[in-house]
Amino acid sequence: MDCLKRKTALAGAVLAVALAALPATAQQGPKRYGPGASDTELKIGQTMSYSGAAASYGTFGRVMTAYFKMINEQGGINGRKISLMSVDDGFSPPKTVEMTRQLVESDNVLFICCSMGTGPNASVQKYLNDRKVPQMFVLSGATRFTDAKTAPWSMSFSPTYMDEGREAARYIIRTNPNAKIALLYQNDDSGKDTAIGFKEGLGPDRVKQIVSEQTYEATDATIDSQIRQAKAAGADAFFDNTAAKFTAQSIRIAHDIGWKALHVTTTNSSSIAQVLEPAGFDKSQGLVAGKYIKEPTDSQWDNDPRMKQWRDWMTRYYPEGQKTDWWNVYGYMVAETLAHVIRAAGNDLTRENIMKLALSLDVESPYLLPGLKIQTSPTVRSAVNKLRYYRFEGKQWVLLKE
Amino acid sequence: MDLFVSQVLSGVASGAIYGCVGLAMVMIFTSTEKINFAQGEMATFSTYVAWTLMTVGLPYWAAFAATVAISFAAGVLIQRTLLAPLRDAPEMSQVIVFFGLFLVFNSASGAIWGYLPFDFPSPVKAFSTGTTLIGAHQLFIILVAVLMLTLLFLFFRYTSLGLCMRAAAQNPVSASLMGVRVGWMLALGWGLSAAVGAVAGIMVAPVVFLEPQMMVGVLLYAFAAALVGGIDSPPGAFVGGIIVGVLENLVGTYLVGTDLKLTVALVLIIAVLIFKPTGLFGSRRVARV
Repeated sequence: MDCLKRKTALAGAVLAVALAALPATAQQGPKRYGPGASDTELKIGQTMSYSGAAASYGTFGRVMTAYFKMINEQGGINGRKISLMSVDDGFSPPKTVEMTRQLVESDNVLFICCSMGTGPNASVQKYLNDRKVPQMFVLSGATRFTDAKTAPWSMSFSPTYMDEGREAARYIIRTNPNAKIALLYQNDDSGKDTAIGFKEGLGPDRVKQIVSEQTYEATDATIDSQIRQAKAAGADAFFDNTAAKFTAQSIRIAHDIGWKALHVTTTNSSSIAQVLEPAGFDKSQGLVAGKYIKEPTDSQWDNDPRMKQWRDWMTRYYPEGQKTDWWNVYGYMVAETLAHVIRAAGNDLTRENIMKLALSLDVESPYLLPGLKIQTSPTVRSAVNKLRYYRFEGKQWVLLKE
Repeated sequence: MDLFVSQVLSGVASGAIYGCVGLAMVMIFTSTEKINFAQGEMATFSTYVAWTLMTVGLPYWAAFAATVAISFAAGVLIQRTLLAPLRDAPEMSQVIVFFGLFLVFNSASGAIWGYLPFDFPSPVKAFSTGTTLIGAHQLFIILVAVLMLTLLFLFFRYTSLGLCMRAAAQNPVSASLMGVRVGWMLALGWGLSAAVGAVAGIMVAPVVFLEPQMMVGVLLYAFAAALVGGIDSPPGAFVGGIIVGVLENLVGTYLVGTDLKLTVALVLIIAVLIFKPTGLFGSRRVARV
């Protein structure tokens, strides 16, 4: 190696070090701390359904906890240990209120992130907004968490129910402009939000194409009656906005009574393990679902390097978690996004700055489907708000062309 | 017309499910005069036991029989260990135990078997009824329920053990003076109820899928079914279930739409109870003052 080259190399190295250091110092900036932030630690609160009716979603909190355990083993974020206080509320709103007050008032967390469920989050929405505590990445699709006017300190992560409805309507009309549509949803706010979004997506001229609009109760034993009515109404497209176990039922019933409609369902009900396997693959052929996340049971991602990395991570940090449960991918993705926000905040760990950063995201995630991004703005307050459509063929979901 | 027939038959099929669980409630009520709120969760747990036995290789009917036996023993055990000591405690204490059992069984099912729904096998899956109006398994449920009812009727009517159990429930003081071991009769009542619940669970699971919350919704309807039919009448519970099932379908399809079908069905049930408080098949209770 001659002298000149060595010099260039040296200069290059110095430049690289300088460049690497530059954004770091620029980002870190002067220290501004809100409650729960210090030179060594950042406290975050979360209420989670580790017990009770929604205990199966508790795995989300476990994934996040494991993720930040890993982060802390690696030295934390910007030199700070991340203390995620994830407490059980049993999916019971009164308990959520008690726990959240405790997190905010005595544990002094900087913000609440990724708490579980519409009811529990709704019960503390006013409290958190009044106190200007960020209610970040709410795990609910309810539209109430994405309204900048009434709740400037709330925002959610996944597509809202209205997003889901709108996208489904567009898909159905794209596929069959003259479809006669049956609509089925749970008789509650979430179901009604989706129905509103769906009709919005159809547009005023096409709303009359809905030939059957029905609801069911979460406590119903079966939805046999509704599916038979929809068939009798002559519908040839079916937006099936039911909870997972009811979707499994509707797939089976539609097949058994010989109703061959374009059957479109939602992200929450598109799990192979939770819905299609119990319903039976033979009966699920042709089912269409809007999705945004890479499903771990889907063999097309078997060789995806980042999904492999996720599996290894699961084995190491969360071995008791199920690698077939997409909630575990989801939890990992949200944790990663949260870490991104904290990293970007540098030394400005105030509630205002965290909220500002969470509402100006533009990030790719390897766990989202190709073509989708995590994107927010002060008016677009659900981090993921578009869907891709899939058809179930053979034993897997096949991504449809846009 | 096709819609009407299919809605009626679909109502009969889901009604049979409510009726089966209602039957289990009636079994405990007739022997203890209490409603066991944990009935559904115990049945779910039993169904998981059957599922486990089948996954380790037992054929359907062997697993079925073993589950019924295990559930019977577990029911007796629960009564002897948890409820017998509370015999003289206020009613509210016993109700709290029922709720406790509800939580214990619900969480235990989830903790042991997870929350993913399973496709539960049915022995008649391969058969076809030749029509889309009603499925083979739905017919099978009705058949099994009728068979179960007949057996229970024969047991209570024609065996001396059945007679002792009825005596212990209806007049515990006289029964014990006659030498009937009332405590054990109550335990047998619990065992029978758990066994009936197990059968109900095994029948319901192929329709609603096996998962820890499987019975939570069903229990509500089962309770309504038992009340309509008469809370102390086994055939009443079953017929009541079918009435509730058909009613909710017809009301939902033709009268008020699906939003209010549950409400209307329950209003009709209340009406029945106002005009006939003992239910359609229940017996009037006479107490000496």
